[in-house]
Amino acid sequence: MGSFRALLVRDLKLAARVGGSGTMSLVFFLAIVTLIPFALGPDLNLLSRIGPAILWIAALLSTLIGLDRLFQADEEDGSLALLRLSPVPLEIVVLAKVLAHWLVTGLPLALAVPLFGLLVALSPEGMLATAATLLVGTPALTFLGAVGAALTASLRRGGLILSIIVLPFMIPTLIFGVAAANAALGGTVPFATPFLILCALTLIAAVVGTFGAAAALRSDV
Amino acid sequence: MESRRGSGSLRIRVENLACERGERRIFSGLSFTLSPGEALMVLGRNGAGKSSLLDILAGRLAPAQGAIHLSEAGERLLPECLHVVGHREALKGALTAGENLAFARDFLGEPRAMPEDALAVLGLAHALHLPVAYLSAGQRRRVALARLLVAHRPLWLLDEPSAALDTASQALLLRLMEAHRAEGGMIVVATHQNLGLADARELTIGRNPAGIA
Repeated sequence: MGSFRALLVRDLKLAARVGGSGTMSLVFFLAIVTLIPFALGPDLNLLSRIGPAILWIAALLSTLIGLDRLFQADEEDGSLALLRLSPVPLEIVVLAKVLAHWLVTGLPLALAVPLFGLLVALSPEGMLATAATLLVGTPALTFLGAVGAALTASLRRGGLILSIIVLPFMIPTLIFGVAAANAALGGTVPFATPFLILCALTLIAAVVGTFGAAAALRSDV
Repeated sequence: MESRRGSGSLRIRVENLACERGERRIFSGLSFTLSPGEALMVLGRNGAGKSSLLDILAGRLAPAQGAIHLSEAGERLLPECLHVVGHREALKGALTAGENLAFARDFLGEPRAMPEDALAVLGLAHALHLPVAYLSAGQRRRVALARLLVAHRPLWLLDEPSAALDTASQALLLRLMEAHRAEGGMIVVATHQNLGLADARELTIGRNPAGIA
């Protein structure tokens, strides 16, 4: 597991340095969440009703922002060739990179929800529920995105193609993430039902994403 | 872990290797063997497929034909037995030279020299805490070569290793390669220059380019 840890630490360091993706997705998240109330107007009831959806869409878009560099940066400077020489399978390499990426993009989003929820007039229980759904839901977005990132690693302008490839696969996560957050705000469905499905989607995405991205990297010439 | 130390006895036999890129046959019918202590100089004009051969050996490219056999490799696959230093140095500009090497040391396994010692051997002790982005092309190449020393791998795949190096560094590279061979290591080097390796075998890829006026 030395290789796994070494790669995880390296990617976290890179994210923290100049030009890293560390704070970028959080700032982008803030930008979207701030824009939408301007577009909708000062209708607090409307905002708090669609707040979870706004936060989820913002989270989805800001996850996409950094994903295109996940493997592309390593492909460009030759690091991907080095990563192939690891004594551990490529799946472990993918897992380490995805985990590092989620720790610097997905996790801060989930933790920032109580703060950003204020901008969309979310009630305290709504904030808590949205934070919880983002905490378990954003790993699914990162894992699914990793497959697209691996497929487009060697493309010059891969970011747009990446979004087109992976967005359809993120729809179920979005549906159940928003459904769970809304269920906590009231409704006929208990919170646990969509939330558990969301957890299941994340577990499926973890398996599919890890093996899919590794397979895509192997077939890449 | 004890049995891994016997890596000096790894042997490689390449049979009838062919390479295709984008439907185009680059080379075919390539055969050679490598035993401990041997060096193979891969020669050929630009575009003959020298780098492609190294890519196949490193597992980055699937051969269109032929096979690579390993013996005495234990459970390891060929990519786990080798180092690659190529045109793209696989260094992260935002990290210091020391951090880059520490990563390679931990990631590749079988650690040998400490990053600071490896850098000192290559005359870059002062670059330990400098981000690689600040270094010149030749210095970056030397940091990449220092990777050969921080983790032990029996086979070195070097693609134009002397590019961007000054004469003193080229002599140093030669000494490192000879020391690696003396330990039972193997080297495959693609080059246009005579690196001065003692009794290195030569493999020339490709005949005259066909169909080019």
